[in-house]
Amino acid sequence: MSGVTVFGLCAAAAVGLGLYGLITNPQPLRKIIAFNLLGSGVFLLFGIVGRRGAAAGVGNDPVPQALVITGVVVAFSATALAIALLLRLFQATGSTTLSNGAPPGAGSTPSGG
Amino acid sequence: MSLLRDIITIVAVSAGAFFFLAGTVGLLRFPDTLTRLHALTKADNLGLGLVVLGLLPQAASLRDGFKLVSIWLLGLLAGATVSQLIARAARQGESAR
Amino acid sequence: MSIATIFEIVLAAVVLGLGIWTIVVRETYSATVGYVAYGLLVALIWVRLDAIDVALTEAAIGGGLGGVLLLGAAARLRDSEPTVADAPGKAVRVCAAILSALTAAALAGAVLVLPDPAPTLAPAAASNAWATSLANPVTNVLMAFRAMDTMLEKVVLLLAIIGVWSLTPDSAWGGRPGPRHQADPHSVLVFLARLLPPIGIVVGIYIFWTGANHPGGAFQGGAILAAMWLLAIMAGLADTPPVRSRWLRLVLIAGPGLFLVVGLAGLLFGAAFLSYPPAQAKPLILGIEVAMILTIAATLGLLLAGAPERSARQ
Repeated sequence: MSGVTVFGLCAAAAVGLGLYGLITNPQPLRKIIAFNLLGSGVFLLFGIVGRRGAAAGVGNDPVPQALVITGVVVAFSATALAIALLLRLFQATGSTTLSNGAPPGAGSTPSGG
Repeated sequence: MSLLRDIITIVAVSAGAFFFLAGTVGLLRFPDTLTRLHALTKADNLGLGLVVLGLLPQAASLRDGFKLVSIWLLGLLAGATVSQLIARAARQGESAR
Repeated sequence: MSIATIFEIVLAAVVLGLGIWTIVVRETYSATVGYVAYGLLVALIWVRLDAIDVALTEAAIGGGLGGVLLLGAAARLRDSEPTVADAPGKAVRVCAAILSALTAAALAGAVLVLPDPAPTLAPAAASNAWATSLANPVTNVLMAFRAMDTMLEKVVLLLAIIGVWSLTPDSAWGGRPGPRHQADPHSVLVFLARLLPPIGIVVGIYIFWTGANHPGGAFQGGAILAAMWLLAIMAGLADTPPVRSRWLRLVLIAGPGLFLVVGLAGLLFGAAFLSYPPAQAKPLILGIEVAMILTIAATLGLLLAGAPERSARQ
């Protein structure tokens, strides 16, 4: 089993882990982290495919590499926007719960913000 | 000549790896923040320094060697600063308690 | 089994362990630290995959700036740990575990049965490299062959910053993001913020410049410049600019704007949208990249600073 395959299996596991965390973790910040984990697994899968396409003196197919670089930057800006939304929610209601049963501000006292 | 260079590399990089290992064991086993920082500085400064020293004979040009040394210097600067900041935060946390 | 393969297996195992830790650990702060370590080790995996450009991006943005962003959010949200009632029930957990395991197994199966020989665009990218006279194939793809993606990605950055700014409370509209950091002028952080930026700016520009022929480029260099700016802000040596300031908005649209102008010029005078005349390809690409590195550095820094919280006069 070559190193590329090992990294491929690791990437597949990262996608699964991220998906699990995204569904089961109640905290929005943890969901954002889990989503980033999922994304980094997908990027790694791209890297595996690109590595197998090494040719013409290039160690890794440059097209998937360029797509991943673009993807990393887009993922970062999406994360920044998500965190800004989350901080604003916390400022406005004093809690970060996503369940729509609780009225804003109920359950926890506003702190900080 | 090339054999001598390889021997220097192997010895220095192995010694560096040993300091990294020792520093990591210390980080995991030591009881409080300050002693853990003490362990980490061994890994950062000595370990990285020895690895860089070991890689210097393998550098293709003077420019590559200069880059390696500057990586070590930047590592030293970052490590020293962060240790100071963490230690200060740890002391303030203790006196607040 | 060679030493390199053993190293790769150990690296994959550590990355996987950190991923599990990030998902299952109780405190959000620990999860964040785990994610930063994960991001840095994933950069090492990219090095092993011979994708140095991606490794630099992952280390600078995934591990570095992303880590600062998540740590800052975790510190601010420290008092909002969820109540037990928020956690999903056992049935949901089991279903999620099965779904995730099936997804991971399907992807692992796909990795194991990838076609051989693999399809690749590397020869096409290499044989057309003469058109831009840049030697780094990834920069060629980013700036010439798939320039549309790169331009639209700059637009995404711009949309993200507009989204963040639109969350500003009324009282701080058009004001400065983040708190004003105050630090003891003799503290070690201020010392670092005076010593490091000159070196960091040189390194950032070097990584951008060398990106034409070696691994590097505007993204990685821009991330380093943004980090230097944020260091000065955190040490209290500089303040975040008010977001209504005109020069700031000019810098933010410089990259995508110049890209668009060059693209339209290609449509009018050349073969197609975003086509460069081969004789001027390199100076044009470098010009766009200079505008882009400024835009990237400003946007990444402002995304980390968040929505404005103080009015501009404070």
